[in-house]
Amino acid sequence: MQHFLTTESLSKDQLIAILDTAESFTNVDERTVKKVPLLRGKTIVNLFFEASTRTRTTFELAAKRLSADVLNINIGASATVKGESLLDTLRNLEAMNVDMFIIRHQDSGAAEFISKHISPGISVINAGDGRHAHPTQAMLDMFTIRKIKQDFETLKIAIVGDILHSRVARSQIHALKTLGAKEVRVIGPRTLLPARVDTLGVQAFHNMENGLKDVDVIMMLRLQKERMQGGLLPSEHEYFKLFGLTQERLALAANDATVMHPGPINRSVEISSDVADGPQSVILDQVSYGIAVRMAIMSILAGSE
Amino acid sequence: MNTNVSELLDQLTSQTRDLLKNIEVDQPLIVGIHTGGIWVADHLHHALDINCEMGELDISFYRDDFSRLGLNPQVKPSKLPLDITDQHIILVDDVLHTGRTIRAALNELFDYGRPASVHLAVLIDRGERELPIAAQAAGQVVDLAPNQHVKLTGPDPLALELITT
Repeated sequence: MQHFLTTESLSKDQLIAILDTAESFTNVDERTVKKVPLLRGKTIVNLFFEASTRTRTTFELAAKRLSADVLNINIGASATVKGESLLDTLRNLEAMNVDMFIIRHQDSGAAEFISKHISPGISVINAGDGRHAHPTQAMLDMFTIRKIKQDFETLKIAIVGDILHSRVARSQIHALKTLGAKEVRVIGPRTLLPARVDTLGVQAFHNMENGLKDVDVIMMLRLQKERMQGGLLPSEHEYFKLFGLTQERLALAANDATVMHPGPINRSVEISSDVADGPQSVILDQVSYGIAVRMAIMSILAGSE
Repeated sequence: MNTNVSELLDQLTSQTRDLLKNIEVDQPLIVGIHTGGIWVADHLHHALDINCEMGELDISFYRDDFSRLGLNPQVKPSKLPLDITDQHIILVDDVLHTGRTIRAALNELFDYGRPASVHLAVLIDRGERELPIAAQAAGQVVDLAPNQHVKLTGPDPLALELITT
């Protein structure tokens, strides 16, 4: 594997290899020296065209725990505002002999475009492109589910929220289907579900109570506030009333149901505080596992030159 | 070459016992290297009556051939049962050959802390070293030709396989 761009093109064996490798990185932060020397001497560039705190910092920490040198480039504050083209920016960074790019971009397909124009030997990881994919987030979600539930084959999983605009949901659905989840449901208002969502092999629900019945895992999505202005949603308050995850609704799912969220959470918009901070929530575990999963993906790419 | 594993384990146990007497340590921390080293370490751990749990190292993240061979997909987490700082460690592997695995294991150990001492116990020392590393206890010391390879298979039963390429 030279690049990591989407979960779509990957086989079950490849996904499992990533999860297994991530498992072995989970205890690196328990040592005196929180590092392994695997990527010593490699230079990794975090190239972020779109704001992100969690994803960028976990990538940075993952790279540093692998002993790589990390460069953070925030494009908003950089050369493209001076009129330099994307490819010129890339050529300049290539000339500095870097080994890997982590790309976050507001346009779908940006990471793939860059991977096609980059010098051979440089790896590209997609850290979120437009509405298309966010594969490392999906992999850390799969890792979290496997850690708690062990097996995908018996699981009913519901993804709740703005499926239409969510790159996270798209990558999650592909990974869950490939790993053999028993049932994947998507729950959201009609305006926020893609028209032919069933072609992805999922069941659509427009009613939270029906959709959550007996599910083992609830994967919440962040409601992007900018969607409110587009007339797709009435108000935050209205949304919470219909699709917010509350303690009462959580009780409809299986007794040991797990609650997940990629963050940042909007309290009292998509999830109530007592659920987000409650015993069934693994939201902060997801963040910790994100480091191990990103370490695994980076080292698999770096080791397959 | 003797391929009777239980005789070799007995020999290794008695050498390790002498070693511990020499360095005046009663309860060392036994640390095995994945995968064969753990089987041998497990035997030593029982034979020497060690109270503390045994440690396990997977040195995949410390190999010097990572950029050529990539990551072993079957990496196991390393586990050390306690803080190794000021502990006397017996590092255990199945076959000592170039010494590169032991170099990697030492680097990994020191990322967990600063042990009081580290000694090396191996089932077979087959020569052909490429680094200044030596075993203080061995089940057998044998000179093998570069095209001969010895491999421990197991865990039940443990057996030695000699392959000529």
